[in-house]
Amino acid sequence: MSDETNKGLLSPLRRKLLMGMAAVPAITMLPRTSFAQAPATSAVNTTGLAVTDTEVTVGILHSATGTMAISETGSIEAEKLAIEQINAAGGVLGRKIKFIQEDGASDWPTFAEKAKKLLVNDKVAAIMGCWTSASRKAVLPVVEQYNGMLYYPTFYEGLEQSKNVIYTGQEATQQILAGLNWIAKEKGAKTFFFIGSDYIWPRTSNKIARKHVENVLKGKVVGEEYYPLGNTQFNSVINKIKLTKPDVIFTDVVGGSNVAFYKQLKAAGIDLAKQALLTISVTEDEIDGIGGENIAGAYACMKYFQSLDNPNNKAFVPAFKKMWGEKTVIGDVTQAAYLGPWLWKLTVEKAGSFDVDKIAAASPGVEFKGAPEGYVRIHENHHLWSKTRVGRAKLDGQFELIYETADLVEPDPFPKGYQ
Amino acid sequence: MTDNRFFNRSELIGILVLAVFLVLVLPLTLDVFRLNLVAKYLTYAFVALGLVICWGYGGILSLGQGVFFGLGGYCMAMFLKLEASSVENTKIQSTPGIPDFMDWNQITALPLFWKPFHSLTLTIAAIILVPGIFALIIGTAMFKRRVGGTYFAIITQAVAAILTILIVGQQGYTGGINGMTDLRTLKGWDIRPDHAKIVLYFFEVGCLFVCIMIAQFVRHSKLGRILVAMREKEDRVRFSGYSVANFKIFAFCIAAVFAAIGGAMFALNVGFMSPSFVGIVPSIEMVIYTAVGGRLSILGAIYGTLLVNFAKTSLSETFPELWLFGLGGLFIAVVLAFPNGLAGIWGDYVQPRIDRLIASRKPKPEGWTDSSVADSAPAE
Repeated sequence: MSDETNKGLLSPLRRKLLMGMAAVPAITMLPRTSFAQAPATSAVNTTGLAVTDTEVTVGILHSATGTMAISETGSIEAEKLAIEQINAAGGVLGRKIKFIQEDGASDWPTFAEKAKKLLVNDKVAAIMGCWTSASRKAVLPVVEQYNGMLYYPTFYEGLEQSKNVIYTGQEATQQILAGLNWIAKEKGAKTFFFIGSDYIWPRTSNKIARKHVENVLKGKVVGEEYYPLGNTQFNSVINKIKLTKPDVIFTDVVGGSNVAFYKQLKAAGIDLAKQALLTISVTEDEIDGIGGENIAGAYACMKYFQSLDNPNNKAFVPAFKKMWGEKTVIGDVTQAAYLGPWLWKLTVEKAGSFDVDKIAAASPGVEFKGAPEGYVRIHENHHLWSKTRVGRAKLDGQFELIYETADLVEPDPFPKGYQ
Repeated sequence: MTDNRFFNRSELIGILVLAVFLVLVLPLTLDVFRLNLVAKYLTYAFVALGLVICWGYGGILSLGQGVFFGLGGYCMAMFLKLEASSVENTKIQSTPGIPDFMDWNQITALPLFWKPFHSLTLTIAAIILVPGIFALIIGTAMFKRRVGGTYFAIITQAVAAILTILIVGQQGYTGGINGMTDLRTLKGWDIRPDHAKIVLYFFEVGCLFVCIMIAQFVRHSKLGRILVAMREKEDRVRFSGYSVANFKIFAFCIAAVFAAIGGAMFALNVGFMSPSFVGIVPSIEMVIYTAVGGRLSILGAIYGTLLVNFAKTSLSETFPELWLFGLGGLFIAVVLAFPNGLAGIWGDYVQPRIDRLIASRKPKPEGWTDSSVADSAPAE
């Protein structure tokens, strides 16, 4: 770290100014160039992006309305927090970040339309956005055609890699495999029952999980069931679970369906203290709706929990709550969304330019030491190296960290042997 | 009243004004991005046009037009997707040469019902025939049994729900909830760059005018009169010896085919098709476009579609978190204050003033409604 950042940490005035805004990641990551004379706009922006001598514009593209708003609001909030912190710490290449927010309205073509608007009309330097795979699939051709840069926060199914996208969430193998290994070892689990929502992410995740269970863990999948998005009747599958008595219930049910699923599970007398259940789709955000008492005891496998005990997270959580209210909770995706603006800033400074081609080329190897989840680094395939963690849901809606991988797990969007 | 011409004078002028607006004013004043948005809005105008015939004139309220929009759109999208999934484009997959979502769902060969969509001719035929025949089947099943009114509306909703579930559930064959994305070329011609968008826009406007002519023809023919008579007093038409069911089926099929053409245009212009256009909500939205424009006015429906969609885009750009309330307020205001929509406003307030002006001087009149019996509100 430079002298300047040390001074910043020691100076009481600076400290006071920045404390409310999670100064720790901001300060630890602050490179010297932020305070230096800003480079000329013509030098750092050769492709006509919305960059002036004092400002740079980025887009935020999530659903603020519609069924996905409940999930995506956290991402919007995290991105705004990150932008505010970056601005407080001097901006990017001496320029303040200004954002234009667009509403994808939980409607995939609207996402594509708005992405196009941001790139063509507003000439944004980057887009922080999308949540569901469907919205990303709709936006992907647009960012590729107009050469934009998308920072995508959600854990997703993999099988994708683009010059124009940085995936700040985990891809499926990264998220699932370590969790399955852990539960197989810890619980001696041999039989698994898969339940998912019926779309591409659960189906692909379960395909990977099945191959892993059968080929690596030498276990058995005793059931695999899918329900439409928004489904609220899980009684038949719960009866099947009671009949087959699997060692582990593995679920990737998403959104509002979770509320019905866990309540009916509890009503059917399945006690999650005794029956192991591993979910890859329930974060603190979902527990808010499910109720801690209905899901306590379940294991979740992802990369971030609000309860993580590290200095970055201890600064991040209060800053988030200060900006958005005491009652807000922070789930895995919210944290990944927070990484987007920071990774973009670091990449721009590494590249010394806002040009998308230079950012895409400079991205591999960019490290962010201030991430609430801990150290992360961008891989050549534009995904993040990150740890996989298993948490156990508690009554108060938080997760207790049970296990984490010793090292960062390599992202592998096109896993051999799992296709 | 009894003339067999397609239009009276004020209708002709109305159509010319629309033509000038769409062909000259919009392309000259908007950039390509906005023009492409207009092209997207106009795809719904096809649906609204069909609803004017089916709902405004025939009195058959269909809350399932998204089904036909979707069928047309999916037919087009399947053709474009197959072209985009050439072997060299998809060599990263375990089975190259099939659409990417099939590969993700472990399908290893192109399903039989996809095969015809290698041919553009068959695709165009399918865009017209698949929804047409589907509407014929639904229409025959319903109208021959004299199911009508609210029951018919509910059944069309059910069909929309069923088709959505089918598409989402069979994601290996349909792309599921993601839909078909990343459509690239039409017979080797890239549909994505700006100049292609402009060409597609004019092509679409051309198709829209053909449909307007067909709708005008239906409206002014004896058929149109029978549809109105049926709407007003179905039994009398039946007692006069007409087969009410057949006329209703016809109106429903025409609306279905118009919607399907709109869907196909959508896939071409937007490069995308997904089940979110098939379900109940988009179907109701399409009825709203017609209601805002005026369900008795062919041109009103087109302006209504443009207005609502324009409001949707600009409100959501300006107020990303509140825009739905604004849009809802707009609907309620229009429906409460002006039950006959934009066309009603024009007919009640603007047209009379112009007429008065004409009476005093002799300027150019313009308008899109006439004051014939057919255009008056249904006597319910």
